[in-house]
Amino acid sequence: MNLLGTWIAAGLTIAILSFLYRDNPFYKFAEHLFVGVSAGYWVIYIWAFDVQPMLVDEFLRQVGIEKWLLVIPAVFGLMMMARWFPAAAWVSRWPISFTVGIAAGLALTAQVQGYIIPQIQATLLPVVSIGATTAETVGQSINNIVILVGVICALLYFYFSREHKGALKVGSKIGIVFLMIGFGASFGYTVMARISLLIGRLTFLLQVFGLR
Amino acid sequence: MFQSIFILGLLAQPPANVAAFDTPNDEGSSITVTWEPSPADSGNLFLFRGYEIYRSDTPTGEFKCVGFAAAGATRFDDSNTDIQDGQEYFYVVRALTSSGHEDSPVAGPVASSAQWFNTQRVNVLAITLLISALVIYYIRRARAGDRLFVRKIAGLDAIEDAVGRSTEMGKPILYSFGLSYLNEVWTLASLSILHRVAEKCAEYSTRLLVPHYDPLVMSAAQETVKQAYAEAGRPDLYDERDSPFLTADQFGYAAGVDGMMMRERPGAVFWQGYFYAESLILAETGHSVGAIQIAGTTSVEQIPFFVVACDYTLIGEEMYAASCYLRPDPQMLGSLKGEDLTKAMILVFLAGAAVLGTAGVLSSHFFDYNGLNVLFENVVQWFNTF
Repeated sequence: MNLLGTWIAAGLTIAILSFLYRDNPFYKFAEHLFVGVSAGYWVIYIWAFDVQPMLVDEFLRQVGIEKWLLVIPAVFGLMMMARWFPAAAWVSRWPISFTVGIAAGLALTAQVQGYIIPQIQATLLPVVSIGATTAETVGQSINNIVILVGVICALLYFYFSREHKGALKVGSKIGIVFLMIGFGASFGYTVMARISLLIGRLTFLLQVFGLR
Repeated sequence: MFQSIFILGLLAQPPANVAAFDTPNDEGSSITVTWEPSPADSGNLFLFRGYEIYRSDTPTGEFKCVGFAAAGATRFDDSNTDIQDGQEYFYVVRALTSSGHEDSPVAGPVASSAQWFNTQRVNVLAITLLISALVIYYIRRARAGDRLFVRKIAGLDAIEDAVGRSTEMGKPILYSFGLSYLNEVWTLASLSILHRVAEKCAEYSTRLLVPHYDPLVMSAAQETVKQAYAEAGRPDLYDERDSPFLTADQFGYAAGVDGMMMRERPGAVFWQGYFYAESLILAETGHSVGAIQIAGTTSVEQIPFFVVACDYTLIGEEMYAASCYLRPDPQMLGSLKGEDLTKAMILVFLAGAAVLGTAGVLSSHFFDYNGLNVLFENVVQWFNTF
């Protein structure tokens, strides 16, 4: 059985990789199988890990007000089903609005705490930093200047209330240079990781065909 | 001989000043125990092994070991799930030596409780209130009819060009939210951009394909497209089958969208939302079918892939600004203006702090005056969220 599974995996891998040449019936078969199986898998997953433990089981376990509070998400879930009936489809807008409103509210504090404050704190640096040696002083000071200039200019790039002219244009140009350097480094790093994934998959195929 | 007796004499001493108190700024069910180190806790792990913390419901009852703190520690957070808020507990800290152990006097009673406010996060509250106040102020101004300027963003003009090009070529347009969920801010921005794209598609009678990863986003997107078609006066063109759910699996979705692109050959592709490792797979396929591609994401790791594979890329917050630019209603404009003023204030603050920090370093080094340094450190400390 394991052997059969391995051969099926190898065959589907080759079918997916055949897309590199062009769209073909083997790829179409693997694609539809993948999409269908994964959609079915997620239906079961959401039932088993979300709906059943968090709603059904909790409703049966809880007592008092906490039990009846669970009716609210259950009703919201049922309201989403109204999309099946065109005349009542508008009912689904209520749970959508609720989800969007909650998300926007939670995102505000999460962004402030998770990004804005840590970024400000990491940028609170003196331009000059005195080290134990001259080299350390120069190195640390240059480091601080790069961070300060990078953050300030990148922020200027994302300032939308004024046309980028004059000093703002110069600042935002420097900002985009910093951004692109960062993106370039990130690109190279990720490509290296992807190559290692490809090596892993090719190694699997070589093993299946007894070439390694 | 005398040295050994001296060491054993030290080892026999328990930790002093043991105190137990409700852990501050938490959601309850946690008690913090502190102590002064045993004199035997001198850093030699062969002679001193650490501290065991014991808990009991009564001062004379049976004490149960609830945790261990390594040598040198002076604090232990007892966050066991069996702690009941409001119930009184007593603690003993045991010093473990190579020759035995010594217990501290009993500390307590102490009861845990939940706090409504985390006083360590006052900075988060202050900045959130500041941003909220600015946003509300600008929304009111926008509603009052003030003209709030938003600069043009490169790539937005391309939306119309892309739709026009697809129409001329008789090809459909593909729009993807990536792996976005409805409870994410970028999805809301993407819905605004989709509205504009759908309006243009309705205007030019061009087919719009929107494959989905999340069922809730699918519902919201279908509503958006339907409304845009109605506003453009072409509700008859709306077809729900062009906005299908594919799968909630990352690479299953990527395979499905790739297949759709190969078969439908869209003239323009919009990648607007949150993407992960599938970004380059999607964008490369879009490029291979010759589509003009306009991407927009806040996923910093994926922006580089879109920059190299797409014709235009909205970087991070540009996506939010684009949604405001395309649909300049008071709420959107006010939010953008409020954020912009916050950014301006942060810029001024960072520059001021850099001057203060530099003055502090120089005055400390050359004039032996530490006042500015202390002030700078206090400012840095205020931004600590942990």
